[in-house]
Amino acid sequence: MNTPDLVTLIFGRLTIEAIPYHEPILIGTFAAVALGGIALLAVLTKYKLWGYLWSEWFTSIDHKKIGIMYMVLGVVMLLRGFSDAIMMRAQQAMAFNGNPGFLPPHHYDQVFTAHGVIMIFFVAMPFVTGLMNFVVPLQIGARDVAFPFLNNFSFWMTVAGGMLVMASLFVGEFARTGWLAYPPLSGLAASPDVGVDYYIWSLQVAGVGTTLSGINLLATIIKMRAPGMTMMKMPVFTWTSLCTNVLIVAAFPVLTAVLALLSLDRYAGTNFFTNDFGGNAMMYVNLIWIWGHPEVYILVLPLFGVFSEVVATFSRKRLFGYASMVYATVVITVLSYLVWLHHFFTMGSGASVNSFFGITTMIISIPTGAKIFNWLFTMYRGRIQFEVPMLWTMGFMVTFVIGGMTGVMLAVPPADFLLHNSLFLIAHFHNVIIGGVIFGVFAGINYWFPKAFGFKLDSYWGKWSFWLWLTGFYFAFMPLYVLGFMGVTRRMNHFEDPSLQIWFIIAAFGALLIAGGIAAFLIQIFVSIKRREALRDVTGDPWHGRTLEWSTSSPPPSYNFAFTPVIHEQDAWWQMKERNAARRTEGYLPIHMPKNTAAGVYIAAFAFVIGFAMIWHMFLIAGVAFLGLLVTAIGHTFNYKRDYYIPADVVARTEAARTEELAAHV
Amino acid sequence: MSAHIDSHDHHDDHGHGEEEVSHSTLKGYMMGFFLAVVLTAIPFWLVMGKVIPNPQTLAIVILTFAAIQIVVHMIYFLHMDTKSQGGWNMLALMFTLILVVITLTGSIWVMFHLNSNMMPGMSHDMTEQQVKNLP
Repeated sequence: MNTPDLVTLIFGRLTIEAIPYHEPILIGTFAAVALGGIALLAVLTKYKLWGYLWSEWFTSIDHKKIGIMYMVLGVVMLLRGFSDAIMMRAQQAMAFNGNPGFLPPHHYDQVFTAHGVIMIFFVAMPFVTGLMNFVVPLQIGARDVAFPFLNNFSFWMTVAGGMLVMASLFVGEFARTGWLAYPPLSGLAASPDVGVDYYIWSLQVAGVGTTLSGINLLATIIKMRAPGMTMMKMPVFTWTSLCTNVLIVAAFPVLTAVLALLSLDRYAGTNFFTNDFGGNAMMYVNLIWIWGHPEVYILVLPLFGVFSEVVATFSRKRLFGYASMVYATVVITVLSYLVWLHHFFTMGSGASVNSFFGITTMIISIPTGAKIFNWLFTMYRGRIQFEVPMLWTMGFMVTFVIGGMTGVMLAVPPADFLLHNSLFLIAHFHNVIIGGVIFGVFAGINYWFPKAFGFKLDSYWGKWSFWLWLTGFYFAFMPLYVLGFMGVTRRMNHFEDPSLQIWFIIAAFGALLIAGGIAAFLIQIFVSIKRREALRDVTGDPWHGRTLEWSTSSPPPSYNFAFTPVIHEQDAWWQMKERNAARRTEGYLPIHMPKNTAAGVYIAAFAFVIGFAMIWHMFLIAGVAFLGLLVTAIGHTFNYKRDYYIPADVVARTEAARTEELAAHV
Repeated sequence: MSAHIDSHDHHDDHGHGEEEVSHSTLKGYMMGFFLAVVLTAIPFWLVMGKVIPNPQTLAIVILTFAAIQIVVHMIYFLHMDTKSQGGWNMLALMFTLILVVITLTGSIWVMFHLNSNMMPGMSHDMTEQQVKNLP
């Protein structure tokens, strides 16, 4: 074998040309990332934090720590996804009157694709999974999830997928296809380079994590509820999490399958979605939306749960219409499978098909509307406290209703023929995703932060963050509704009509306000850590909460509950407080807990290598890494040291410390 | 915490009373095996012996045998019945069936309409003149 063949064998199609050293923006970004990364590594090394991070966090299988790591991943990726957004807003605000802007089309197309992919898969999904991971076991009185190791592994698979997307920034390029990579554009003929392969492999790797974590939480909620907690006594957040995980388990295999078919088209020369040889690109669109529509409910349902908890807590009232809330959630779960065609009314399936899906789409807005009324009636005559989580909730209610109404407009097929693919659609889905998911995530972060870390978040900066996000959202997206009505389509690199420019400038201003909101959030965390003694929560119940997570200390001990609570009614913790139930302080038993393991990190690292090698056609390396993955996974099954007992006297000491703290402060 | 405390270890008590497996006897497995063999052998014979000349009828018959075999596997090998796991298995099965039916019939319905509207070249019942007159 001569040398060039050996190089190809090892490096595939990866050459030095793949490093975009000729693009100043990317070089600048790379320099900033590299400097920041080196600084971070230096700090970690200087304070000898590597061992701590590795043994206490990276290899941890504690659902609380994994939940927090998911949230950190979400925040980091939010910064990346948002810088894409700022670049797009700046580009569209300046690219008028022959000015080409600063992003050439080739780069701009990657930016909008990366923005969509990152925001959905690596911001919204980690946030949602993180909240569920942290809160659900605490709410149902469990000590961990059903499969603790799998939980750690799922997290690292999500990280590996995110790292593949990030790698595309500096090695090669990302897809230029839009966030769902429709063929034939994403096929080999139109996109022969590595962009779509980065897209496919990052989603496939992260998808494994998402599916497994869905199975995990599903099993947790069904099998590990505290005695007495029947289905209709579960907290609403647990209910919405249950439905979301049902959707994840049912929907994500469809995404996996359709991406696998696309990769067969690209790698093995099949013709599922090509233009020739009987391929049908419309089938891809059909299949990916069978996953894609449930996906939007996967994102928003848990946040409906967050809002339910927040509204009830800060209105000092039991949630209005608990049963109707549960039924609405279940109805949404099933109906979300009956509406997928509304994403492609214009593809030409004709009047009968379009009217069916138009009507189902309008029907699904009914249970959602019912939820809004439930929250309103919960607030009605309640003693409302305008804490930061409540502000986010009310911002959500106003904003989401607007987004819901524009959604119903889009559900009318004749109207959709005018609005399809226009900026009206962009405004609509940002309206529901920012107004629903992001606002909910911030409500959840502000609400459960004291539980996770033992001190509240600073409310001054929290209010700044809220108001900047809220006003920023309206400035950024209301102009897009107007532009959409004028017929401006999405994903445009530059414009000819100068009269449109003012709207894009307003939208860019809104994006700047949102940037301020994100900055305020980061400052809020920083300030809160500084002022943590003043913000300390010693009771474990800073908001006078209603559900079980508030019955433990803040942060909870690793075993969550010294004694598994017994549930008699909804709002279990509220009822315990009403009854003045005494906290049990003796008779501790050793607690059986799962042990940390590094196998998840290793397997996910192998998965990252497989993905990267497949993208660059380094089939030898991909094969070796796959072998490594198999060996590690099988090797892990021989690890019999998976559990340990927390001795009863350690539990007794931990609980005694809490008893003392409670006596001193309450 | 609660005045009513259950003090036994959590990890030992989840799902108690629900996990009695009903069919994992040698008899059950042999029964399943026998049925699976029979349900495989009959379609094999139908094809090899060219018993049914019409290919469409043959396909439907074979698919019916396959569907019955799925049920046999679920009952005898996966130990599913209406009561296992407190009814959760049955519920999950129903949900899965509903989704599979929605996905398959929906996709076929949608794709049929899409193809006949958008890809007239693929359906061969259109005359050349009709194709020319397409919008």
